[in-house]
Amino acid sequence: MSGKSGIIRELRQSKTLLLMIAPTIVFFIVFSYIPMIGVYYAFTKFDFDGGLFGSQFVGMENFKFLFNTGVLWNLTKNTVLYNLAFIFLGNIMQIICAVFLAQLSGKLFKKTAQSLMFLPYFLSWVLVGAFVYNLFSDLGVVNSVLKQLGLHSYDFYLHTAPWKFIIVFFSVWKGLGYGTVIYLAAIMAISDEYYEAAKIDGATIFQQIRNITLPLLKPTFILLILFSLGGIMKGQFDLFYQIIGSNGMLYDATDIIDTFVFRSLTVNFDIGMGTAAGLYQSFFGFALIMIVNFIIRKTNKDYSLF
Amino acid sequence: MSTQVKQLAKADAFKGNRIKQDKETIAFNIIGYTLLTLVSLICLIPFWLIVAGSFTDELEIISKGFQLFPDTVSFEAYKSVFSTPEQIYRAYSVTIGVTIAGSLLGIFLTSMAGYVLSRKDFAMRNGISFFIYFTTLFSGGLIPWYILMTKNLGLKDSYWALILPPLLSAWNIILMRSFMKSIPESIVESAKIDGAGDFKIYQRLILPLSTPGLATIGLFLALGYWNDWFNANMFITTDSKYPLQFLLYKILSSAAVLQTNNGAYLAANVVPPTETLKMAVAVVATGPIILLYPFVQRYFVKGLTVGAVKG
Repeated sequence: MSGKSGIIRELRQSKTLLLMIAPTIVFFIVFSYIPMIGVYYAFTKFDFDGGLFGSQFVGMENFKFLFNTGVLWNLTKNTVLYNLAFIFLGNIMQIICAVFLAQLSGKLFKKTAQSLMFLPYFLSWVLVGAFVYNLFSDLGVVNSVLKQLGLHSYDFYLHTAPWKFIIVFFSVWKGLGYGTVIYLAAIMAISDEYYEAAKIDGATIFQQIRNITLPLLKPTFILLILFSLGGIMKGQFDLFYQIIGSNGMLYDATDIIDTFVFRSLTVNFDIGMGTAAGLYQSFFGFALIMIVNFIIRKTNKDYSLF
Repeated sequence: MSTQVKQLAKADAFKGNRIKQDKETIAFNIIGYTLLTLVSLICLIPFWLIVAGSFTDELEIISKGFQLFPDTVSFEAYKSVFSTPEQIYRAYSVTIGVTIAGSLLGIFLTSMAGYVLSRKDFAMRNGISFFIYFTTLFSGGLIPWYILMTKNLGLKDSYWALILPPLLSAWNIILMRSFMKSIPESIVESAKIDGAGDFKIYQRLILPLSTPGLATIGLFLALGYWNDWFNANMFITTDSKYPLQFLLYKILSSAAVLQTNNGAYLAANVVPPTETLKMAVAVVATGPIILLYPFVQRYFVKGLTVGAVKG
């Protein structure tokens, strides 16, 4: 039997299975693979009437412009630094909360605390935008408190400095419950025997955490960090857009690749430039995932992404 | 004699340890309860502020700003929201419709894909898995996607633009696949011997056994649809097609005013509530999630825990 008829027989045999997965394949072709062809816009001076191949080809012009004006550097710096802050502060807070939740004895308290910490995860970023407005606008709570203390009110929307903290705060805040659950599950998987042995040896609760809980959490921690490092070029568009909106005063400190691309499309109509920035993001994100995965494979094959 | 001394010394040391241990446990408890209480409050306070803001008098906001504890309680903002509620109702029905349609269709397609990819006798499973996984590694980016949606697929101002993009995600399919992989293969094999077709096996055997996985994916999808504003922002241009979160966003960003009877306010020479109205709309738009939250959260924690332990 030749190989070809083998394939045909194979197809015929799994006809139903293929039919069942066909919608998914079509979905990914249409919504993910066809847009990949569209990265060609990055090399054109976009002309809406011309469409994909009717626009003028300009080679690397868009990239050159983005590099030379320093835009790309600032965007990359913001995207990467914000993500590093989100990843490390987020994970550390999640571990701390999980460790305490696991060890405290009050059942009702633990349940309530966990529920409250998980609550922000369920809220839309639009509502978080409402929180930020309620807190920091000139009529906001923070300014009301400042006024009541007899201090000058502070116009948050004119200064870049506080927004770095506000943005990192709300990112950690929103992801806290979700990550805590993951770490809590990892702690619960640790055998009680370790703790009992440690107790017999007279280890205090802090010693138990330092010598048992934290070392055994390390694999989960490393895995989650590595997972997130792969996506470090991708910004949380919702977070930045709902909190900062289109406030040009704050772009220096708060513009990330995603918000820049969004503006290129909806405000400046700079299709070529925006696509170029998006392609740069995808390309370096891809390279980063490959490098991270390579490193994990080298050190511990079980943890690698693929 | 000497062993006795040693034993006594050991007992003493043990007692010393006990005392030290108790002290440290107390310290640990104090730190733990304080920290977790603080964190919980920080997660709750923004809500309190929105609710308090929505019940404050507009004039008090203008003179004093939003406060933790308003001096006077006013229902004006809610009266405004519900005096002409059509806009809110419409946005609710758009959101509910999109959430139900999208979640059900999404669960159906995701579970089918997960099932096919979990079948070890399906030769192309690795190739197709990679084809799906690759989309998380590299993408065309926002702009080519937008042009495809509007120019090539003509989805501008269509409900499909809200339903389609979040419908399938590589992560959900991978999650579903690993869940279904844990179902013993012998079930599929024995059903095959009994003459059941592939779809029948999926429908009659695999789906009922996958309820926790389906619930987790369903919750992820429903939450995503309920909270989505981005696709509406990109594609929806008609006011009457706004989903809830996008209407809230529009009102917050002052790009739209809730169509209330402002004329009546002007005639009566009263300030129409705009600041408090924003907060009231935020409360109304969030409502159902808060009501469902305690119920939904349980399932989420379960689903996440299963996923984390499985790795």
